[in-house]
Amino acid sequence: MSLTQAELKDFEQQADIWFAENKPKRPDFILPETFMEVGSDQQFHYLRDWQAKVYEAGYVGMAWPKEYGGGGKEQSLQDIATKVMAKHRVPFLPNTIGLNWAGPLILSMGTEEEKQKYIKGILSAEDIWCQGFSEPDHGSDLGSAQCRAVKDGDEYVINGSKIWTSLGSYAKYMILIARTSNEDTSKYAGLSFFLAPMDAEGVEPRPIKKLTGEYGFCQTFFNDARIPATSLMGKEGEGWKVAMATLMFERGATGGQAGGLAMMDLSINDIVELARRTKRNGRPAIEDNHVRSQLVELITESKNNSLMSARSKISALATDWPAAVDMSGKLRSSELKRRMCQFALSLQGANGSRFIGSDAIDGGMWQRSYLNAFSGTIGGGTSQIQHNIIGERVLGLPK
Amino acid sequence: MSIIDFSEEQSMLLETANQFCRENSTISVVRTQIDKEESVDAELWSRIVELGWLGVSIPETYGGLGMGLAGAVPIVESMGKYLMGSPYTSCILTAEVILSCASEEQKNQWLPKIIEGSVATTALTEEDGNWRLEEISSRAEKDGKNLVLTGSKCFVMDGPMASLYVVSVIYEGKPRLVFATGDQVTAGRLTRENVIDETRRSYRLELDGLVIPESQLLQGADFSRIEVAAMLMLVAEMSGGLSGVLHVIIDYLTTRKQFDKYIGSYQSLKHPTVQILLSQEACRSHLYHAATQITENSADAVAAIRMAKAQGAEAFAFAGDRAVQFHGGFGFTYECDAQLFLRRALWCQYQFGDSAYHNELLAPLLLNEVV
Ligand SMILES: Cc1cc2nc3c(=O)[nH]c(=O)nc-3n(C[C@H](O)[C@H](O)[C@H](O)COP(=O)(O)OP(=O)(O)OC[C@H]3O[C@@H](n4cnc5c(N)ncnc54)[C@H](O)[C@@H]3O)c2cc1C
Repeated sequence: MSLTQAELKDFEQQADIWFAENKPKRPDFILPETFMEVGSDQQFHYLRDWQAKVYEAGYVGMAWPKEYGGGGKEQSLQDIATKVMAKHRVPFLPNTIGLNWAGPLILSMGTEEEKQKYIKGILSAEDIWCQGFSEPDHGSDLGSAQCRAVKDGDEYVINGSKIWTSLGSYAKYMILIARTSNEDTSKYAGLSFFLAPMDAEGVEPRPIKKLTGEYGFCQTFFNDARIPATSLMGKEGEGWKVAMATLMFERGATGGQAGGLAMMDLSINDIVELARRTKRNGRPAIEDNHVRSQLVELITESKNNSLMSARSKISALATDWPAAVDMSGKLRSSELKRRMCQFALSLQGANGSRFIGSDAIDGGMWQRSYLNAFSGTIGGGTSQIQHNIIGERVLGLPK
Repeated sequence: MSIIDFSEEQSMLLETANQFCRENSTISVVRTQIDKEESVDAELWSRIVELGWLGVSIPETYGGLGMGLAGAVPIVESMGKYLMGSPYTSCILTAEVILSCASEEQKNQWLPKIIEGSVATTALTEEDGNWRLEEISSRAEKDGKNLVLTGSKCFVMDGPMASLYVVSVIYEGKPRLVFATGDQVTAGRLTRENVIDETRRSYRLELDGLVIPESQLLQGADFSRIEVAAMLMLVAEMSGGLSGVLHVIIDYLTTRKQFDKYIGSYQSLKHPTVQILLSQEACRSHLYHAATQITENSADAVAAIRMAKAQGAEAFAFAGDRAVQFHGGFGFTYECDAQLFLRRALWCQYQFGDSAYHNELLAPLLLNEVV
């Protein structure tokens, strides 16, 4: 039964009030912009507490089944709640991997036990999730992953390492792809997918410093780490299939996410507003003709993206290449964000060359944002790989 | 107000129009027509008329379907995809001028004729190529109960086919619009112009000494509305053209081999092709958004259509340019279809304002009122 317009409106008002009243105070330290940059304990605890509070109030996982800890309500309500969060510019929910890809994956492909065990902790942020896909020698070419998993009784023994593990130091579980066989004809056939506990003996995440000088991700070492055989998801050798399903959730091509904000929102209006405050050669940047024309192009491009979301709901307009809009979401939004941040530096005159600190415009957040924006264009499959995927799957071009 | 409205009716029109144009405007038909005198075959035009397409945008009171300009968009988009030439967009644009600027009597006189297939066209641009429709030098002087016109007009589409022309002139110091009928515009006044898009029939119109009754002066002169409607028609064509040229590119990339591999496997061809796909999707989104805003008379309509025109024209010109390059030596030939799209894209870019022009006008619109 679907809710009436009046009921939806009602709910929106109620959510609006809750977020206005409960928006957490700005901390006296800098917050990360996405889950890929959580680099200190204070940042982590601040964000985790926030997610727990949002979950208790019932504004995340609203459409996930009630029996596993979700709200059991309509997706439209979650969409409204997420919109209200964006409007109030509240912090993002840090358990991004759990909420947006591990969780939906478990709900769609997992066993009853797996759903019972994992879903509630994902929503409440009690159990943080990380992702062990990339390896030092195999990133874009994920199918060649070499980290080994050997079955020994009712356990698997893991050896090798994973890298660029976001939230690695805080996670309780990892979605892991590891090689269970080298015998197979295809490199993909030897891979298996695990819901691996991070507290097992022999698992060691070591933080790596990012280009900004802050911390944010880890290299995770496995030294004869023993994990229960029950953490295998699906069957041995099905790892590639499960990993691909995960990536579809990750890139937003498939619905079912728990909702809520996954990253600090940056809109083109923030850039326009910055251009009003900053100066180039003594005049407001916004009066500079070069700045104006670039702003118009960026506004047009950000409008592209918002119109595409509106259009993707109209199936009659998805004619020749129906998957194009949905499959390109990550590429379009991450590249636009990178260019917006890059452009923001050009609005600051010589101050463009400052970095984090009180002398810099807005404390140096634009410089930091630009450097951090590569998380979107590299993480989750680089923009170049996205072009390959869209070219091959949407346009049918040969590999 | 919705961001994008796409009704059941529009959706049906899109399907019918796409099928009609695919069947009736194959590349060989397009190429045959290029060598003919007119932009469209008479028999094909009468079938378009029979489908009722000339009346989609015209209110029911005058015999139309009452869908507003948004009704014409799926049709023009489909024509653009298959490079179909015809006076269709000129007729829709002229009907829009009549609806926004003419008297009730003139509407009753002309709109039903347009619906029945009488060709109507506009004469707005002049030799200097100025895009500001009110900056013109052609004039009308009063002489008793008549007006005497002087000057000349360019880019008058399908001139010899037309039975009605809407001409912009300076009258009593202000830019105004007048009707000139097919009888009044004698054959000697029209000379064919050689234009980059060979599917089009463009004419120069000599006005010197043309005498028309004063009653043919239109009461209104809403140049902004005319510009908006003209841009919408062009963007619809560009959106269709983008998907047409993308099909041409993909066909070649998946059939031509070099170094034992399909050339589509090379990333220096594959990645720009994906960019073209995304720009095509963006153009289509802007198009139907602008169509919605224009039909609903929203305050954002002008910004929406300028954005659409600026974005779409760049995208289409890039796609045409790459289409030629990606065909190698064959791309350099007249026989390769890439040139048809590139030349169409260049036409669309330079009619009714190029991207740089619209971006400049957009700045105050977008920066004062934060979007
Ligand atoms: C901030 C951040 C967080 C991350 N978090 C995680 C995480 O939590 N878990 C996890 O598993 N991984 C994570 N990653 C890893 C990420 O998925 C990989 O970095 C990415 O897939 C690229 O792999 P790579 O680093 O090995 O680069 P490479 O694959 O070595 O790529 C190097 C360059 O070559 C290009 N390239 C490679 N192959 C091709 C090709 N076929 N065609 C064209 N160009 C190509 C790439 O685009 C890139 O520019 C994260 C990365 C970042 C930056």
